[in-house]
Amino acid sequence: MKIVVPFKSVADPNDATVAGAAASAPKSLINPFDEIAIEEALRIRERGDAAEIVGVTIGAPAVDEQIRAALAMGVDRAIRIDDSRALDPYAVARILRALIEKETPHVVIMGKQAVDDDSNQVGQMLAALLHWPQATFVSKIEFLENKRRARCTRETDGGLEVVAIELPAIITTDLRLNEPRYVSLPGLMRARRKPIEILTCDELRVAVRPLTTVLSIASPPKRAAGTRVDSVEELIAKLKQEAKVL
Amino acid sequence: MVETLVLIEHDRHCVKRPSLHGITLARQLGGEYALLVLGQGLDEIAASLVSYGASAVVVADDPALTEPLADRYATVIAEAARKRDSRTVLGTSSTFSKDVLPRAAALLDVPMVTDVLAIEEKNGSTSYRRPVNAGSMLATVKLETDRRVLTARATAFEAPAADAAACPIERFEFDVASLPNGMEFISRDQRISGRPDLTEAAVVVCGGRPLKDKETFERLVGGLADGLGGAVGATRAAVDAGMAPNDYQVGQTGKVIAPQLYIGIGISGAIQHLAGIKDSRVIVAINKDPDAPIFQVATIGDLHQIVPQFIDALRRG
Repeated sequence: MKIVVPFKSVADPNDATVAGAAASAPKSLINPFDEIAIEEALRIRERGDAAEIVGVTIGAPAVDEQIRAALAMGVDRAIRIDDSRALDPYAVARILRALIEKETPHVVIMGKQAVDDDSNQVGQMLAALLHWPQATFVSKIEFLENKRRARCTRETDGGLEVVAIELPAIITTDLRLNEPRYVSLPGLMRARRKPIEILTCDELRVAVRPLTTVLSIASPPKRAAGTRVDSVEELIAKLKQEAKVL
Repeated sequence: MVETLVLIEHDRHCVKRPSLHGITLARQLGGEYALLVLGQGLDEIAASLVSYGASAVVVADDPALTEPLADRYATVIAEAARKRDSRTVLGTSSTFSKDVLPRAAALLDVPMVTDVLAIEEKNGSTSYRRPVNAGSMLATVKLETDRRVLTARATAFEAPAADAAACPIERFEFDVASLPNGMEFISRDQRISGRPDLTEAAVVVCGGRPLKDKETFERLVGGLADGLGGAVGATRAAVDAGMAPNDYQVGQTGKVIAPQLYIGIGISGAIQHLAGIKDSRVIVAINKDPDAPIFQVATIGDLHQIVPQFIDALRRG
């Protein structure tokens, strides 16, 4: 079985509180949900269910650092689609479709959302474009019937739901699927020898134009500072008389 | 006439209240709007939707739609939008709409904006405000196309009044045989809780890691919530530690809530959690650490002493 894992390079969310201040460039890392997708692909390969894991990302050469990190985790080879435009989820899905049609994997595993944009769209759009089944927000994957189907547990608002999907399919990961491993030093050494293929949209014969433009990004209005109360009685009194919520 | 098609969510018995908030965004967009429900045996649900000022309640009612499988649902939604020539397909943010609507958007070949908080019309073009980076920033975006798919954050739009004259209920006919067949529903864990729904409750009590174990969590967080007639939520850390089920998680990757009163117990306030609570009207924090970031938005001391006192005080009335 061959697994493709698309991943995005994002600014470190722990730097995000100062983002927008445009001071020094924040540190980049693999989108945490995509890192969970990579980890899951590695575990599937380690239990003998996959022969090859291909990592794919879209971006300028600066994202090569995150590609090396993916390769160091254990991804077999990586592809960077060289496109430095500000792409929206639908543009990303259309580019990935062209790549998936070229690579013909049995399953695509990717994060449910990128923690910078929080759109939660690409996996579902990609599934639609390929006419493949999808399982989103997944916290458990098992392969059935000689890997013709996958049984996926999904985290929904109402609790856990289980679906079985025919392969090939798109699976998007939720937080509790696994805990990604740390990159080891030997992994880093091996990553240096692994190939990174560079492709362009022209080479993939896909012409997309992003249909979403970000006009501005601003800090939300701040809430008034809180007050401290010294006793439960005082808290209840304030909630009753001032806030009128009790 | 320009039409918006509003996807309404239900649990087979009744409409999920937060999914009605999308109607308020549809009204702001202008033009007519129709409400779309999918499932099986929808007569009562459709009847409960006729007074929201829509031009019609459109019902896709078929055994093939008994379970909300994304491939089928997206196909039917896209087909309905195409046949009705709807310019906008709109839902309220939930795991259901986030599963199904991006797929419908791609089938319709249109872009989508997730978690719309507000819209602004200027010089004939619409811009959309939405949270990014776990809500620590707000982005304003615009689309290059008239046709679009949107999800609205329920907490950013009021519940619509149901005071209009009854509209017709229309059956949407579609070709069942041509629906995709690659997904099969297996099971759902049916946990029945006597407490109000987290996303609908006026009072929510959330617990964090310092609650230590499931029993303490239930006694303190559950006890206080019951005293207040509220719902129970949890941080990711509390869920990961097994103190509360996954669907209790509030935050960037969990539920977004905006109750009248939020009480955080043993919650320091990581941005990922704050992202899910910041629109609450009153935020109360019960925490030992006076430097906890949640105090930027809130109000106290040791939860093990304070919460039992709080529960007692409520019992005394």
